Amino acid sequence: MRVWLPDAITTTAPAIDRIFYIILWITGIVFVLVQATLVAFLVRYRHRAGRPAYYIHGNTFVEIVWTVIPTFILGTLACYNQQVWSQIHRTPPAPDLQVEIVGEQFAWNIRYAGPDGRFDTPDDVTTLNQLHLPVGQTVLFHITSKDVIHSFFVPQFRLKQDAVPGLRSRLWVQPTATGHYEIACAELCGLGHYRMRGFLTIESPAAFQAWLAQTRAESQS
Amino acid sequence: MSTTHEPQGFLRKHVFSTDHKTIGIQFLFTALTMLLIGGLLAMLMRWQLGWPGRPLPFMEKLVPEGMPGGIMVPEFYNMLFTMHGSLMIFFAVIPLLVGVFGNYLIPLKIGAPDMAFPRLNMISYWLVPPAILTVCSGFFLQGGAAASGWTAYAPLSTTLGPGQVCWIVGVIVLGTSSIMGAINYVTTIINLRAPGMHFFRLPLSIWALFITAIITLMATPVLASALILLLLDSTAGTSFFLPAGLIIDGVLQPNSGGQVILWQHLFWFYSHPAVYIMILPAMGLTSEILPVFARKPLFGYHSMVYAIMAIAVLGFLVWAHHMFTSGMNPALGTSFMVSTMVIAVPSAIKTFNWLGTLWRGSIRLTTPMLHALAFVSMFIIGGLTGIFAAANSLDLYLHDTYFIVGHLHYVLFGGSLFGIFAGITFWFPKMFGRMLNETLGKLHFALTFVFFNVVMFPMFILGIAGMPRRIYDYTQYAHLAHVGGLNRMMSIAAFCLGAAQLLFMVNIFWSLVRGKPAGENPWQANTLEWSTSSPPPHGNFATTPTVYHGPYEYSVPGRATDWLPQHVKA
Repeated sequence: MRVWLPDAITTTAPAIDRIFYIILWITGIVFVLVQATLVAFLVRYRHRAGRPAYYIHGNTFVEIVWTVIPTFILGTLACYNQQVWSQIHRTPPAPDLQVEIVGEQFAWNIRYAGPDGRFDTPDDVTTLNQLHLPVGQTVLFHITSKDVIHSFFVPQFRLKQDAVPGLRSRLWVQPTATGHYEIACAELCGLGHYRMRGFLTIESPAAFQAWLAQTRAESQS
Repeated sequence: MSTTHEPQGFLRKHVFSTDHKTIGIQFLFTALTMLLIGGLLAMLMRWQLGWPGRPLPFMEKLVPEGMPGGIMVPEFYNMLFTMHGSLMIFFAVIPLLVGVFGNYLIPLKIGAPDMAFPRLNMISYWLVPPAILTVCSGFFLQGGAAASGWTAYAPLSTTLGPGQVCWIVGVIVLGTSSIMGAINYVTTIINLRAPGMHFFRLPLSIWALFITAIITLMATPVLASALILLLLDSTAGTSFFLPAGLIIDGVLQPNSGGQVILWQHLFWFYSHPAVYIMILPAMGLTSEILPVFARKPLFGYHSMVYAIMAIAVLGFLVWAHHMFTSGMNPALGTSFMVSTMVIAVPSAIKTFNWLGTLWRGSIRLTTPMLHALAFVSMFIIGGLTGIFAAANSLDLYLHDTYFIVGHLHYVLFGGSLFGIFAGITFWFPKMFGRMLNETLGKLHFALTFVFFNVVMFPMFILGIAGMPRRIYDYTQYAHLAHVGGLNRMMSIAAFCLGAAQLLFMVNIFWSLVRGKPAGENPWQANTLEWSTSSPPPHGNFATTPTVYHGPYEYSVPGRATDWLPQHVKA
């Protein structure tokens, strides 16, 4: 298998990939041009007896050119990027599902609000390291931590959100593909940081409801 | 002109010296030792990443707790990357650039007999060994060395043992040394310039060190204050960074009212400017070396100076681009994304001016020139990959992955360290009166350049594949199931990169004794340090030089020689 971007499985992930490829193209072209110029100058202007260097201190026109062009490119990039940033950070329209994720050394506590849509009520469903989500529905995560900083990272979402003690951060996704994925902790959280792994299952809404009911029954029995 | 005569006692002449040249050389050997240790720590990490869990039997004798049976434990891996980062940044790269070249070059290049405050200068060096011992002492304490990364994010850093406390204290001591050095550099450059040395006749290296010292003066006190608060949180039960309700090891902590993210703001308010502390002097050295070996004036001297100033100012406005995923307000994320994009512009201006300097030059590929060219080439990669991370929506994916590790190593190794190698190989003849061996120097350059790229470039690929940094064992993750081969190749290259540095050490020690005598001006360069003997005497100049031109008058038409020293009338 190739070592490259993993699958993109949310509605916002393709936009992030598009930014990646745009920057890759721009910087790739600049990289090749500048490095090629450097090498060409080293060959073309290598020391030769009887050919003195050209005495020149600079040129205002080229200084302006190579100030304005990068400013224009970076400005355009900043504007485009801002659109994606606000798309990710806007408040999601009425979430179908709310999930609380609480990091601790070294596990993910996952809590579903249950039918009443509120946390910390008797109908909550809790799991350890097992996150199931329904495909095609908008999910709002409330992310925090009990002890040190962790970071909720699903590579296929192209997102990570630090789990910070004393702060409840929000993050929303709308999964577009079913399958089994993993949650990684992306912020150093101590000796077990490397094994703070969670499991993500994205399934059809029906299968998800069945799993939720079964998990609730198991936890109440 | 030199009103004090040279001290004769061994201690005052070689150990507790107030001569800026001796202090510069003390910084050189201290920081090179730390570079070596930091490199060895990195190679141990690469062993674990290349062959996770495979024993390295001889290491059990050295660190019985960190590698029982020769197999690394995760705590020890965390100590390795923490100490690698801390030693390289605080005790290798900053002292090499600022301590060595700041001390050695500033008085010589501005035509001064010494620093403005020689005694303060001596103290600023002699705070460094205690700082090193304090930071490293954690390895010998219960619980081991600091293990919360070089960023020491609270609350993890406040939960760790005495090694972490030693780390905090040691970094405060080092910060004090940096502040003393910076006061000295700023005062010296403003007050002790030789007659005729206007600000716009200063060599670019001095401009860079001047602006760097101002950044240090403004940013380091913030780090020191933040570290003191962290120290109090760790040892005195205060709650600056610790909120209510923390449950550590199953115990509810008594803290309340602290803010976790406050530490990050304070830390990066220093530590992002510190990135420029680590790159601006290297840019200055490169701007100094390219004209000498292209035999051509520096292209766009004024825009180079203004670009340094712009980077310094903007460098104070970008710190929270390290915090795009921290949970801070998204509107702040936008403003820091914009300022970070803007700072790429002066960096681009500098790169284009370096290329302009090479254009129609008469280029000689000496060892210092090769390192300076590698600086330009590798800094381009470091800068361009920074744009990926600056785009905050993409950074939500790339943050804390190997992409960032690759980016920072292209800036700090590809940039700073190649700049340092260029500087050491260029000024070695002035410091010690003898030439380095060119063959060994070029071999060292070639191997370093190749192996550096083989180690660091794949990091971008690993980051794109989603490999988090600071991970002791990545093999458990399904999406990282096939990155083992790439990691092994990087590890082998890392060992070769380390081995190649032996050539550099051999070259230095061999040349100190057997090198060809250098003479005053082996590179036929213009700046004032080349107008005095090698090494320069106590007091530097027999008579105070007078300056008549800018520093880069090479290949002036109508002259018999292709250089025109600053102190020689045309």
